[in-house]
Amino acid sequence: MPEVGWRELVWIFVAASIVNNFTLSYFLGLCPFLGVSGRIDTALRMGMANTFVLVVTSVCAWLLNTFVLPYAPYLRLISFIVVIASTVQFVEMAIKKLSPALFRALGIYLPLISTNCAILALALFQTNRGYGFVEGIVFALGAGSGLTLALLLMAGIREENELVSLPEALKGAAMSFLIAGILSLTFMGFAGLLSGTA
Amino acid sequence: MTQREAGPARMMSTLGIAGFCSGLALVGVYLITQPRIARNQAEALEAAIFRVLPGARSREALVFQRGELVPVQAGAADASGGEAVYAGYDEAGRRIGFAIPAEGPGFQDTIELIYGYDPARRRIVGMQVLESRETPGLGDKIIKDQDFVSSFSDLGVTPEVVVVRRGRSRDNEVDAISGATISSNAVVKIINDSNARWLERLPAAETEPER
Amino acid sequence: MSTPAQTYEELAKGIWRENPVFVQLLGLCPALAVTNSAINGLAMGAATAFVLLGSSLLVSSLRNLIPKQVRITSFIIVIATFVTVADLSLQALAPAVHKELGAFVALIVVNCVILGRQEAFARHSVGAALADAAGMSLGFGLALLSVGTIREVLGSGSLFGVDLFGPHFEPWVVMVLPPGGFITLGLMLAVFAHLRARRERARKGAAGTLEERRVA
Repeated sequence: MPEVGWRELVWIFVAASIVNNFTLSYFLGLCPFLGVSGRIDTALRMGMANTFVLVVTSVCAWLLNTFVLPYAPYLRLISFIVVIASTVQFVEMAIKKLSPALFRALGIYLPLISTNCAILALALFQTNRGYGFVEGIVFALGAGSGLTLALLLMAGIREENELVSLPEALKGAAMSFLIAGILSLTFMGFAGLLSGTA
Repeated sequence: MTQREAGPARMMSTLGIAGFCSGLALVGVYLITQPRIARNQAEALEAAIFRVLPGARSREALVFQRGELVPVQAGAADASGGEAVYAGYDEAGRRIGFAIPAEGPGFQDTIELIYGYDPARRRIVGMQVLESRETPGLGDKIIKDQDFVSSFSDLGVTPEVVVVRRGRSRDNEVDAISGATISSNAVVKIINDSNARWLERLPAAETEPER
Repeated sequence: MSTPAQTYEELAKGIWRENPVFVQLLGLCPALAVTNSAINGLAMGAATAFVLLGSSLLVSSLRNLIPKQVRITSFIIVIATFVTVADLSLQALAPAVHKELGAFVALIVVNCVILGRQEAFARHSVGAALADAAGMSLGFGLALLSVGTIREVLGSGSLFGVDLFGPHFEPWVVMVLPPGGFITLGLMLAVFAHLRARRERARKGAAGTLEERRVA
């Protein structure tokens, strides 16, 4: 494992949040992307809830990968899923207790976090790339920021477009995807960021 | 189909049995597929090593421990990204050189490559990109452009490999691919960083005389 | 027990009227991520079909034995097992395809299509559940194949790896990149929505023509 210096960590964060944004580059987390976006404050809260679950998942995945899974690699998928579902359950209970207002605002979206492919994908990518403890957390923070950023952008654009008249067929999901395509295109402009020319 | 509310014992046993059966199935499939998967991976790696070390007929994985290169124990995890290198031997059993895997950030995502190095002549003798997500048609020319790839088949490494824009004049220079400058630079940087780590660890000559 | 006509209805429903990708908007992550070529889309569709059919068969056969409260967890265990089997099998039998699909084979386990079908059909007979699963699998596979074909033909100038247009064709590279995926799917969704709306209007017929002219 190459030594993890500051430069590596910055690269991991920037890559996960901007250069290879989880939603706009890897197509992950599309369910909340389509469903939640429309209100900026909901998008922000959803993004932060997701980020929290991502960080916890990253730590648990690292623990599993280091101590348990070397003996039974075929159990990886099942254990990850169980961890994610439990984390979401726990976060839901915690939010309900600590901030009932937030709980009401997020409503149905909380349980949906567990089917957010971004969470499982984070655990799998982290495993494939062999990230250590710190790299994993930075990766999760980067991915979460990227997801939140994509959600916010989408929410903002849709809020602006609420009163625009569209052909019937384009309304709803089709429009969201076209907007997402343009967003994805603009994010491609970040490619090469920090890639370090000699 | 109505279902009575099941008691906790029933729930636990259901989950327990489900988990057990699932575990059995997974262990079974895993044991069946593992040999095949391991063989596929070994073949792919061997093909890459023989590609970057022309003339190699056999290989050996080595790790750097306590100041010297030692063979990897059988069954240990295979090398990726700087933990181990592979020594390539020709039919007569003489060591041709080392195949060094390395990786680093490219234009779009991480690039993984392997390159062959001959310590006796201090030259790179081959390079193959293993994994990349560079832009199709542009950055992926680091895989497809034969001129670029073949410029690594006889490349000097002192003081380091350098990318130039217009034609190579010295033997440690590589011509950048037009339209894929950053990808070309990334490949060279990955190799230079890897050289900085590995070159002094690799012995130049074997005990028996050759060439 | 269902008649052949009903079974056909279940099958056809998955392909057109309730197509999991174009109508229900489920399983979008793989629909975009692995459809940069037709063969990848097809492989993903096949893997998903395997998991969906297998899980449906198992879950509907055991539906009377699974207590209601733990059904979701049981479904997940079953699905995750099938996905791991599919992943390992693919890695052993077709390593090149497995490398292209990457982690997305494992992500089948959170594909909403599968969990959704278990939820909806777990109480029905094995036959009905299988027919539904087959229909959904076909619909999903066709959706992925069509998106993959469009993206590959426009973005690489080839189909299933066979070069179509010769060396002077300048491929529309963005099609095999993420933005192309979003845009292709967006346009196909629009086409589907338009076709469905037209069928609705045709079915409504003469009734309420004044209403419709105002809406359109």
